[in-house]
Amino acid sequence: MHAPYIARPSTVSVIMLKVLLALLPAIAVSVWFYGIALLVQLSLASATALLAEAAMLRLRGVPVAPFLKDGSALLTAWLLALSMPALGAWWLIVVATLFAIVVGKQLYGGLGNNPFNPAMVGFAVAMVSFPAQMAHWGMPHGPLDSAAQLAWIFSRELPAGLSLDAISMATPLDYLKTQLLLGGSDIASLKQAPMFGHIAGVGSEWVALAYLGGGLFLLQQRVISYQAPLAMLAGLTALAVPLWLWQPAHYVDPLFHLVAGATLLAAFFIVTDPVSGPTSARGKLIFGFGVGLLIYVIRVFGGYPDAAAFAVLLMNIAVPLIDQLTRPPAFGKRKRTKKAGQHA
Amino acid sequence: MSALFRFHGGIHPPEFKALSNGTPIATPPLPARFAVPLSQHLGNPAKACVALGERVLAGQRIGDADGRISAAVHAPTSGVVSAIGPHAVAHPSGLLQDCIVIDSDGLDNWCAPSPLPNWQDAGDDEIRTFLRDMGVVGQGGAVFPTSLKLGVNTLEQLIVNGAECEPFISCDDRLMRERAGEIVDGIRIAAQLMRPRTVLIGIEDNKPEAITAMRAACAGSGFEVVAIPTLYPSGGAKQLIRILTGKKVPHGVRATDMGVQCFNVGTLYSLKRAMMDGEPVISRILTLSGDLARPGNIEARIGTPFAHLLAWAGIQPDSEGVIMGGPMMGFDLPSLEAGVSKASNCLIAKSRALFPPRPPALPCIRCGECASVCPAELQPMDLYWFAKAKDLGRAQEADLFDCIECGACSYVCPSQLPLVDFYKFAKDEIWAAERDKKAADRARMRHDFRQLRLERDKAEKAQRLAARATPAPASSAAPDPDKAAAIRAAMARAAEKKAEDSHAPAKTPLSDDAKRAAIEAAMTRAAANKAARESAVSTAAAPGDEAKRAAIEAAMARAAARKAAQGAAAGAEAGATPVAMPASPSQPKPAIDDAKRAAIEAAMARAAARKAEQGVEVGAASAAMPSQAKPAIDDAKRAAIEAAMARAAAKKAERDAAQKGDN
Amino acid sequence: MSGFLTALAIMAALAILLGAILGFASVRFRVEADPLVDKIDAILPQTQCGQCSFPGCRPYAEAIAGGEADINQCPPGGEDGIRKLAELLGVDFKPFDEGAIEVKPKSVALIDETTCIGCTLCIQACPVDAIVGAAKQMHTIIASECTGCELCLPPCPVDCIQMVPVGTTVANWKWSYPVIPIKAVKA
Repeated sequence: MHAPYIARPSTVSVIMLKVLLALLPAIAVSVWFYGIALLVQLSLASATALLAEAAMLRLRGVPVAPFLKDGSALLTAWLLALSMPALGAWWLIVVATLFAIVVGKQLYGGLGNNPFNPAMVGFAVAMVSFPAQMAHWGMPHGPLDSAAQLAWIFSRELPAGLSLDAISMATPLDYLKTQLLLGGSDIASLKQAPMFGHIAGVGSEWVALAYLGGGLFLLQQRVISYQAPLAMLAGLTALAVPLWLWQPAHYVDPLFHLVAGATLLAAFFIVTDPVSGPTSARGKLIFGFGVGLLIYVIRVFGGYPDAAAFAVLLMNIAVPLIDQLTRPPAFGKRKRTKKAGQHA
Repeated sequence: MSALFRFHGGIHPPEFKALSNGTPIATPPLPARFAVPLSQHLGNPAKACVALGERVLAGQRIGDADGRISAAVHAPTSGVVSAIGPHAVAHPSGLLQDCIVIDSDGLDNWCAPSPLPNWQDAGDDEIRTFLRDMGVVGQGGAVFPTSLKLGVNTLEQLIVNGAECEPFISCDDRLMRERAGEIVDGIRIAAQLMRPRTVLIGIEDNKPEAITAMRAACAGSGFEVVAIPTLYPSGGAKQLIRILTGKKVPHGVRATDMGVQCFNVGTLYSLKRAMMDGEPVISRILTLSGDLARPGNIEARIGTPFAHLLAWAGIQPDSEGVIMGGPMMGFDLPSLEAGVSKASNCLIAKSRALFPPRPPALPCIRCGECASVCPAELQPMDLYWFAKAKDLGRAQEADLFDCIECGACSYVCPSQLPLVDFYKFAKDEIWAAERDKKAADRARMRHDFRQLRLERDKAEKAQRLAARATPAPASSAAPDPDKAAAIRAAMARAAEKKAEDSHAPAKTPLSDDAKRAAIEAAMTRAAANKAARESAVSTAAAPGDEAKRAAIEAAMARAAARKAAQGAAAGAEAGATPVAMPASPSQPKPAIDDAKRAAIEAAMARAAARKAEQGVEVGAASAAMPSQAKPAIDDAKRAAIEAAMARAAAKKAERDAAQKGDN
Repeated sequence: MSGFLTALAIMAALAILLGAILGFASVRFRVEADPLVDKIDAILPQTQCGQCSFPGCRPYAEAIAGGEADINQCPPGGEDGIRKLAELLGVDFKPFDEGAIEVKPKSVALIDETTCIGCTLCIQACPVDAIVGAAKQMHTIIASECTGCELCLPPCPVDCIQMVPVGTTVANWKWSYPVIPIKAVKA
């Protein structure tokens, strides 16, 4: 053992545990609105993630126990389960989680080495491969009771007299996108549709609020820093405001964008992922801002109703470059030293 | 009260200072045997100046400073020198280093003190020599010879470092509480010599008693005692300068260049003791802490074996090793037989309760916590990444050498990575690579030169053989001029050879112009050589007009060569200066390459010139035209001398550049 | 048809434009490269020992550059040296031939001064002039200049030269590569 001989008692597990803790309010609100389906998805994702992680660690010849205990696989699973539709089929979440852990994380070398956010990799794969399945969003206080939800998830069986349309509905983002593409009427009248609540989706806006609460807890605990979330929200707003001011009938208001979909989940739990994000404060600002801009662009002009996963993955690609360009100068130096004597 | 500044990052480790700072400085009994290391300071180790078996008195000089960056060492007590040679020292490697072992006679007789009473009137050099011979070095950790830090008198601020930020250590705290008056006397000396506009004494606010004592001692002196917030590593010189003055002294820049200088309180205390009391540095305040029955601070004689001190303080049976220094930057003492040195500020007996083992390390998750606490404003996770991959070039580009190894990054790392170990590894590898590269470059140069010498010798031999084989029709008619010419040529050769030999290991930074000129000179000389040889041959066949013409041609060619050589000399002189001036680390490499090539070319040119001379000799002898041969040889000689002078000038410039580079 | 022609024209124009940019860039931003031999020579350890079967490092560098020699013939350079050469030349790493060459720790020659008869043979053999002495005078080795090539060993008629490994001192001691227990791969 060498200096320093003393260390702060903070570990990766503690960090991950705090993040998991910060997700609990959102989970509780979700369950209140949408029933136990989410808990089923969480359990499926967690089990798959832990098994896949353990199997991959064994294959790689790395000790399993310390890495399973770090909680990072569990966090990936939870984030994935929270971003997928709760009424998705059981295999959907299993496939997505497997992909996230095996390809998105372990094949790159496991904890600390993945260039992409694993949860977002899993989400993107599910989104691209099974777009229809990914549209099964439940409605708040829907017609299915707990048993029926379980039956639906595992065997795709609905109680007699209920059709698929009766138990699921489009998200507000999806609805807006489809209607506007069809040349539909203006935003104000579209917002009268049943899936809209006070600001964004009925029910889901409260979940978003819970994410905000969890994020503030993480900020207070100094698990995350403010730069990336703030910059992401700023990036989204920076595009949303001018376009909304220009044509309010065609572009929905910025507040809706800030609360709708996965915006707040992404802001506080996804773009703050340290492994796949930049490290310097300036880098985090650039990264977050880029994600915010991309979310808006893809939502409004792209082919997918929500875009957090794609925006994050796209910006993940840019992270090495951002890191290199934003490395702050060392103590007392103006610029970074260019090449102080090359050594091969 | 001046405004305080913040440095980036920093941490609040648990302090553990109360363990040792409650009791006054004690004086343990002297051991029977002392091991005084000859290298207790930065720079060259001292040279032992006592003989085996010699009787020494306490305070007697036993090791002389060797060179400018060095300091003397002194006998800590009276006794007999029982060994001079490798002995365990306080170094993380556990390797032995030269020490002087003194068996105490138990009397502790002192030699007569030799203060510098008139130091106020003494010159800079006198003070420097005095401090060097008294062995005064920085006691904050770097043990830089104090003689080299004093004597700048354009200072804005003089910083006195009483921060003592590392956990466990309280030696400066106790020193300031108990001997504030003497410290302030030391500050007065330093202030008198360096004439700073302000003197700021920085003490962390977790040492209120020390602050009070120092304020009382400073009353009326104009020195300002500043309580600074407790934050590790505020005791780092650069960090303390930043806190007190707002100046950021970057790596590779001397603090004095920014009008500020920093001294540790312990250094100033020993400065006062040396100057005013004539007592060399043979003791220092040392904290004994950790798993001990009687932790506290002691005044320890240099060379006292650590085992002796720990036994005196009651080291517990369950302790597991001893840390030299603080828990953030210290190291495991490989041997307790090593003696106290001027750098020893703290001994901590480790126990499982005080230092629980770190949880197993996990991979870096790039959380950036290390960057947020790094006082050098680095990106430690990048440095770790590069060092781990042994990508030393990029580690260096990422300012690895700005790292002060404070350990803050490793302290906060949630993955429990031994980050500082990686930086130390990378730094040492880079130094080693640098050494290897220098050695390889030197070997290449020496080899090239040898190849050249061999070729030249071979050519010379062939020429001599040819000369002997040539029938010399006029040799009997003109033996004297022949002989004279030969002697002169030999003398010129000897002169050249001498110049070359001294030149061999030197690197001559020649500018492109000089190089080109040298090449031209070589070419011209080669032509001259050829012409001369032809003339020699033709002379042998048909002495007369043709030989004369050839000789004249040769002489003309030589003149041209000389002119070119002169041009080269001028070029070398002019070119050497601009190349030598910017002694930045990136410069030497290309300069050395150029220099090497130029040196080789010059040597080749010389060889050619010598050949030409020989040819001329032959021609002169056979044609029996002394009047013509003589000036020709003189020309060649002069050209050779000029070339040698140019080389000398270039060499000197190069040496200056090297010196600057070293500094 | 016209659409096809337009596409063709656009592609052609694009090709010309990009070609022009590339051509300009290659002239404008040309990097004056060191000759390959110099680069190879810079990697070689300059022991001048001849173990590569060439008379010195530079001839070996020339042979490598000319494609006449392999990159794995320099024992003093070690595997690290081969790796650097492989990287420079863009070829695959090639280990030393099995048993052909043994890699030794860095050593310097030491003359037993009581045995030396002053024959000067070693002086003539030393490739870097690191031996001082004169005929019938005792010779000695300048340890700091000795490359450890061992070329002085065979000519010595009284076998008074031996190779002494360079030990670790505080001056050249290095921190070792940190060991992180977790990284240990399970057997």
